[in-house]
Amino acid sequence: MLIYLPIAEVSVNAFLLLGLGGIVGILSGMFGVGGGFLMTPLLFFIGIPPAVAVATEANQIVASSFSGVLAHLRRKTVDIKMGLVLQAGGLVGSGLGILVFNYLKSLGQVDLLVKIFYVVFLGAIGSLMFVESINTLRRTSKGRVASKRRKHNWVHNLPFKMKFRVSGLYISVIPPLLVGMAVGVLAAIMGVGGGFIMVPAMIYLLGMPTKVVVGTSLFQIILVTAFTTMLHATTNHTVDIALALLLLIGGVIGAQIGTRIGVKLKAEQLRILLAVMVLGVCVKLSFDLLLTPSELFVLGAAGGH
Amino acid sequence: MRFVYLALALLSLSMPARAEEIVLGLSQDEVAITATFEGSHILIFGAIKRDGTETLEGDLGVIITVSGPKEPITVRRKERRYGIWVNADAVEVDAAPSFYAVSTSAQLDVVLKDIEDLRHSITIPRAIRSVGAKVEDSEAFTEALIRIRSDARLYSTFIGTVDLEEDTLFRTAIDLPSNITEGDYETRIFLTRGGVVVDEYDTIIPVEKVGIERWLYRLAQDNAVLYGIMSLMIAVAAGWGASAAFAALRR
Repeated sequence: MLIYLPIAEVSVNAFLLLGLGGIVGILSGMFGVGGGFLMTPLLFFIGIPPAVAVATEANQIVASSFSGVLAHLRRKTVDIKMGLVLQAGGLVGSGLGILVFNYLKSLGQVDLLVKIFYVVFLGAIGSLMFVESINTLRRTSKGRVASKRRKHNWVHNLPFKMKFRVSGLYISVIPPLLVGMAVGVLAAIMGVGGGFIMVPAMIYLLGMPTKVVVGTSLFQIILVTAFTTMLHATTNHTVDIALALLLLIGGVIGAQIGTRIGVKLKAEQLRILLAVMVLGVCVKLSFDLLLTPSELFVLGAAGGH
Repeated sequence: MRFVYLALALLSLSMPARAEEIVLGLSQDEVAITATFEGSHILIFGAIKRDGTETLEGDLGVIITVSGPKEPITVRRKERRYGIWVNADAVEVDAAPSFYAVSTSAQLDVVLKDIEDLRHSITIPRAIRSVGAKVEDSEAFTEALIRIRSDARLYSTFIGTVDLEEDTLFRTAIDLPSNITEGDYETRIFLTRGGVVVDEYDTIIPVEKVGIERWLYRLAQDNAVLYGIMSLMIAVAAGWGASAAFAALRR
């Protein structure tokens, strides 16, 4: 069934969009990522104009994250306090990121820089998580239970300590604020919610337990993407509500299923799967940069990027 | 009396006597883009009116063009630098139609001379206006534009698809694909004798979003804040709805 999208100005198959939304929704619920880094390229691929894809994607992520976070709230696996601290840093970061983005845009080549950012970050995060999770799995399978010893390093000597009960942490608010800010900068430049950077950052930098990480990540993604949606809707008028609706129907259902799958998997398995997915997208994007494209020319609106 | 002569003289200047004239019909005056728009099929037909003074030299030909709204566009070429493919040169095309279809009654070189093509901008390369390109091989960029748009079924040339009967009646069908944009679609019909244009008839086919499509589009443009809030409300409601539904299922 073809549907004509009022803002994107193209006709697309409604079931295709429902399916795409569903698959990305499952991943979102499982891993605590918004799925923007997967969905945006997929939307480009089916012919949605890039500006509309990026803006509408933000709106769809609000829906699937909200759906996912409710499921996590019921299990009490959301650290709201930590989420809010990360968010505070994140808002400052987004503001900075938008400044950087506009500066890059004025230089031209913003598309290229965004792609390079993707390749570098996806590659680094993906391989780190992959290696780490494989090591953990190997250790546990040998029978030696990985001792959960809290590392006591310089992070714990910082001032402004705060108790995050759900995460079982008593640390300074400075690291979460900085992590939130850094992710905010990257998210704004790359045009995504930042879940795939936030999740590893929470696990490895803040030492939060994996089960709490997913829900908390979703919680902070909601606010970031809601803000992005409003920004796109008011400045570029590129949020396509019909496209968003089709994607999010699939997305919210997928997120519920994903959350349930996620609960059944071990933390290490979950991390390996996310690592593989992140690496997959990274490889795909590097090919785009390295291989000779079949069409050397691209069309763009005059004056735009 | 002299006044009447003057008026007649002016009249004949402004409307040169045409021996052969196009009379046109369209299967639809406008195209409505609805939510389930899957493209449209427009029948263009007409007749050739003659006043008896015509000189029947050269073969008769009919060319029909339908053009979407013209807009400037940037064509970029990728180039390999430091091992990766980056956008290098760019050419600004001043005006390229968003959609363009040419239908003819016979081979192009038979029905249209190059000089006439240049004068009336009939074929696709002529319909695209590009001046002042600073890149050396700027033709490669316009060729790429035509290639990409042709692949998307937005630009097309149909040779011999205009049926011409008894040198008097003509008809053709133009398919508008589902990925067209809104705007006034300029439709031109050219009557040629031996490749020279003897009459031209222009009309506009408006293509417009209607119903919910129009309403949403206007809201997004005119009431962006409200539209944004509405989008978020739908997102939150859907997220909550799915969560509640699944919670109910588990019980």
